[in-house]
Amino acid sequence: MLEVQAITKKFGDLVANDSVSLEVSKGEIHALLGENGAGKSTLVKMLYGSLQPDGGEILWHGKPIEIPSPSQARSTGIGMVFQHFSLFDSLSVAENIALSLGKENDIRDIGEKARQVSEEYGLPLQPDTIIGDMSVGERQRVEIVRCLLQDPELIILDEPTSVLTPQEADALFETLERLRSEGRSILYISHRLDEVQKMCDHATILRHGKVVGECTPADETAASLANLMVGADVGDVTRTGRGEVTGEALLELHNVNQEAASPFAMELTDINLSVRAGEVVGVAGVAGNGQSEFFDVLSGETTSSDNASVRYNGHECGSMGITARRRLGGAFVAEERLGHSAVPDLSLSENLILARHGSDSKSFLGMGPLGVIQNGVIKSVTKRICEEMDVRKSGEDPDASALSGGNLQKFIMGRELDRKPSILVVNQPTWGVDAGAAQKIRQAVIDLARAGSAVVVISQDLDEIMEISDRIAVMSDGHLSKPEDAESITREEIGLKMGGLHDG
Amino acid sequence: MRIELERRAAHSVVFSALSPFIALGLTLVAGIILFSALGLNPATALFTYFIEPLTEVWSLHELIIKATPLILIAVGLSVCFSSGNWNIGAEGQLVMGAIAGSILPILFPDQAGFWVLPLMLVMAMAGGAGWAAIPAYLKNRFGANEILTSLMLVYVAQLFLDWLVRGHWRNPAGYNFPESRTYTDGQILPEMFSSGPAHYGALLALIAVIIAWFMMGKTIKGFQVKVIGQAPRAGRFAGFSARKMTLAAFLISGALAGLAGISEVAGAIQQLRPVVSPGYGFAAIIVAFLGRLNPLGVMAAGLILALSYLGGEAAQISLGISDKVGRVFQGVLLFFVLASDTLIHYRIKFISSRKHA
Amino acid sequence: MEMTEAILLTIFTAATPLMIAALGELVTERSGVLNLGVEGMMIMGAVAGFASAQITGDPYLGALGGIVAGMLFSLLFAFLTINLVANQVATGLALTILGLGLSGLIGEAYVGQPGVKMLPIVIPGLSQLPLVGKLLFSQDAIFYFSIALLIAINWFLFKTRAGLTLRSVGDNHTSAHSLGIDVIKIRYLAVMFGGACSGLAGAHLALVYVPQWVEGMTAGRGWIALALVVFASWRPWRILMGAYLFGAVTIAQLHIQAIDINSLSFLPSGLFYLTGLIKSIPSQFLSALPYVATIVVLVIISKNRRLTLINTPASLGKGFVPDR
Repeated sequence: MLEVQAITKKFGDLVANDSVSLEVSKGEIHALLGENGAGKSTLVKMLYGSLQPDGGEILWHGKPIEIPSPSQARSTGIGMVFQHFSLFDSLSVAENIALSLGKENDIRDIGEKARQVSEEYGLPLQPDTIIGDMSVGERQRVEIVRCLLQDPELIILDEPTSVLTPQEADALFETLERLRSEGRSILYISHRLDEVQKMCDHATILRHGKVVGECTPADETAASLANLMVGADVGDVTRTGRGEVTGEALLELHNVNQEAASPFAMELTDINLSVRAGEVVGVAGVAGNGQSEFFDVLSGETTSSDNASVRYNGHECGSMGITARRRLGGAFVAEERLGHSAVPDLSLSENLILARHGSDSKSFLGMGPLGVIQNGVIKSVTKRICEEMDVRKSGEDPDASALSGGNLQKFIMGRELDRKPSILVVNQPTWGVDAGAAQKIRQAVIDLARAGSAVVVISQDLDEIMEISDRIAVMSDGHLSKPEDAESITREEIGLKMGGLHDG
Repeated sequence: MRIELERRAAHSVVFSALSPFIALGLTLVAGIILFSALGLNPATALFTYFIEPLTEVWSLHELIIKATPLILIAVGLSVCFSSGNWNIGAEGQLVMGAIAGSILPILFPDQAGFWVLPLMLVMAMAGGAGWAAIPAYLKNRFGANEILTSLMLVYVAQLFLDWLVRGHWRNPAGYNFPESRTYTDGQILPEMFSSGPAHYGALLALIAVIIAWFMMGKTIKGFQVKVIGQAPRAGRFAGFSARKMTLAAFLISGALAGLAGISEVAGAIQQLRPVVSPGYGFAAIIVAFLGRLNPLGVMAAGLILALSYLGGEAAQISLGISDKVGRVFQGVLLFFVLASDTLIHYRIKFISSRKHA
Repeated sequence: MEMTEAILLTIFTAATPLMIAALGELVTERSGVLNLGVEGMMIMGAVAGFASAQITGDPYLGALGGIVAGMLFSLLFAFLTINLVANQVATGLALTILGLGLSGLIGEAYVGQPGVKMLPIVIPGLSQLPLVGKLLFSQDAIFYFSIALLIAINWFLFKTRAGLTLRSVGDNHTSAHSLGIDVIKIRYLAVMFGGACSGLAGAHLALVYVPQWVEGMTAGRGWIALALVVFASWRPWRILMGAYLFGAVTIAQLHIQAIDINSLSFLPSGLFYLTGLIKSIPSQFLSALPYVATIVVLVIISKNRRLTLINTPASLGKGFVPDR
């Protein structure tokens, strides 16, 4: 039904898609597998008309077509459910749906139609609800209903389960089965091998913008798929001494309560946690359940009126800011690299000052109260970090924005590890990072813990949490579950907690 | 044809340095067109505007006098804008500085001593800073938009000055003219050179430039300003307080605007009048951007803007063209500066229309 | 009664330009563009409106001239902020600085000339109604237009597909782009609409409010219009309220300044004393009232951060560069 022939797309010097070919037949679920940055998103954007190819052809029912715009794609019969939702927070469900439908639909009838379709497919929705008030799972339902209202022959789903609990994901799979049985085709983009093996009829594997393989996933093993996807054996992180943590508690939270700072933020309720020297505590959860607020409370970007609610190495520091907590041995890596952990248009050495001007003020700053920046020292520390973490960069001291996501994240991690902090809090350590860098970062996190530090890793990637944690807690609706031993807790149990069944 | 932007991997150092010159060049081209449209020989007009004022000693003095308040204010604004705070009420802070600095010479005219002038300067800075603290406080405390509040306070300050010089502060021996008494020797910024009227206000401007350059380029304080201005979230991550920064940025720019005010009043005018500034507070916004928010750049840009004031006067006298042309030049220049700055972060591509149905 | 009616009439006249400019800016901001150049576009509209009325002798062509000038002037802003992604705050300031300078240059020839006044259109019948007749149905054409504009914008934004599209662009330009909405085109149109409204508002000043050209005659009204948009938290009907509130403040202070205290001797002594007290306030302080009121109103509205955050178009002031 859809055939892509030798399609190519370049961004400047970067070839995002290099002569990519692919075929999706009627009534199949076709997987597009690949790592972050392999070129999956570029390819589907061209199929959906958001990007224009530089070469190659797209055939639809055997005839070559051009897709100059998303509206053209929709009228052709191609629908899309985006990874980062393309919804409008301040508008209602019905208004959001109306925007993607053609002009022939009266905007007053759309609410009713949406209700019908959502009931038919078991995706309940209230047309008048404002998107900003909905959970991530509900938003995805809106995306899917919006897509179905256009009655598409081909539905493209971009990493749909990355934001869902395992239970929500199962519900999604049922919906997809049903769509397949109606004769619709699905192009399913993922890097999760188990899903692909479970559901997909065929798979095309992309690496560095090229097709490196095609297969029937059911006939393959997870390992063989992973090898195709990554190209070489990445290897597992090595972990020693799991479950033998007996160190003293370095990071403690007692009954932390935090009101929501803005209408779009989460409230934190009664959070208790104690992290001991030598262990990694993983915090799982679906995006938007209070993780960033939790991070801010841990780091001191949000301070509390109750000084005793947070303790670092036994010191009460709930009302202290982030600089004071760094001086107490804390180190932090935020979720957003550009604009939070680093300033895009400042050089790496300046970004080093960003996080360490307080903790290293003796060596970084001179002339007493004037606080003159010691460029020599800072440059040499920057160099040391880049060598230690194998940061690949152009030039001696480039802007943060000039680095790839993986390399910048390695630098940011290195910036904190270089201090040998006794407490490390990381939010989404490997989000959007290539497999090689991710492996290096995870290993560094574990090594730091084994050397006697307390580490908290907040991540939406359950695989990552399972891989590196000694104990696992789940964040849901602003509550944090009691951490449990990683050896004994199952994915299903974590999934239930992610879905809101928190204890107490 | 349409225009597409392609983001550069890193900001272009070349264009950071070049963009003010591109803007100046484009403004000259616009000047040629404008003068031709007014029926003048563009060569003569541009000469009168931009070269002639540099050929005589007295006009060089005038240049320094006009550049002084522009540079003082713009140095403060460059710090303020770099920190992401939009103080566009410098004109009002200048006025309040002039008023506060004039309390001594007007209400206590008989006080003499070496301390009078320094105290006048300090009071002026306090006056400007105090006026600037209002929008900063309203922003921090209530989230009120500082652009609008700082601008509204310009009108209030101007009306307040008007009330003073027509009322209580009117010169009792001044034939009912709306002017204060004139200042006497110990209350006036002295002349720097024997060759003309340029006064020590210029030295204050120079000192402000050097301090600001050192602070912004070399110290952790300047680093704070940059980080908070470019990425507020990262500023919080670094442990810098955006609120304190807002207050500090307004206080610094307000104090310098106040200093500009007293330097005008105690230097060039030597009394208070209903209007003490021909819009220096607004022109300084252009200076700040033309100087790319860098104190050294601001100094050069201040001289260029001062030249446009002088050239405007010269052109009015010798060519009979309106002094408003200078204002138009200033506005056009700011446009070109902002347009040229795009080149720092983007490559601009002109793409001939390739439309498919 | 005569006097109350006259005062009310002048309040309407003072409120009309504020309302038109603020409505235009509201549409611009709803598309995610913050144009701080309202003052500049308004003053260009004023000088162009005055000049074209002088040249043609027709105040309606004058109003048209103001609209065209405001719109053309806004194109400068649109090109810089939309095509070149220049900083919207700085570019808006530039527009105001240039507008004030350029209008001064253009208007030099017209200083002191008596203008062509746009006369009221008396609607037969309705204007005879008691109380409201004269106020509502015996006004100039721009007043009627401003009311129609309010209704039309409200309908457009919340009842039409085009209005929905405009709001979606203001909420999230990246999502809008991924749905195939032409963000750049919509923002251009919104900026031009705002420019046209500001131009008309300026023309109203020079053709109705004070039918002559005075340099800098907008006197901060463009900025007050900007504040009104915040005050209204981006809702058209609240602009009506805000504009008339400010019209009232402006006119009240003018009337207090103009009033002859001796003519009020018929008032009861307490009231007479109070009036005398108000009269003793220096005129400069009264003139500062609209500006102080703007600050007060901004503070009161901004205090409720939740309200402001929810209503502010989420992509307001942010540049948009599509990936290709």
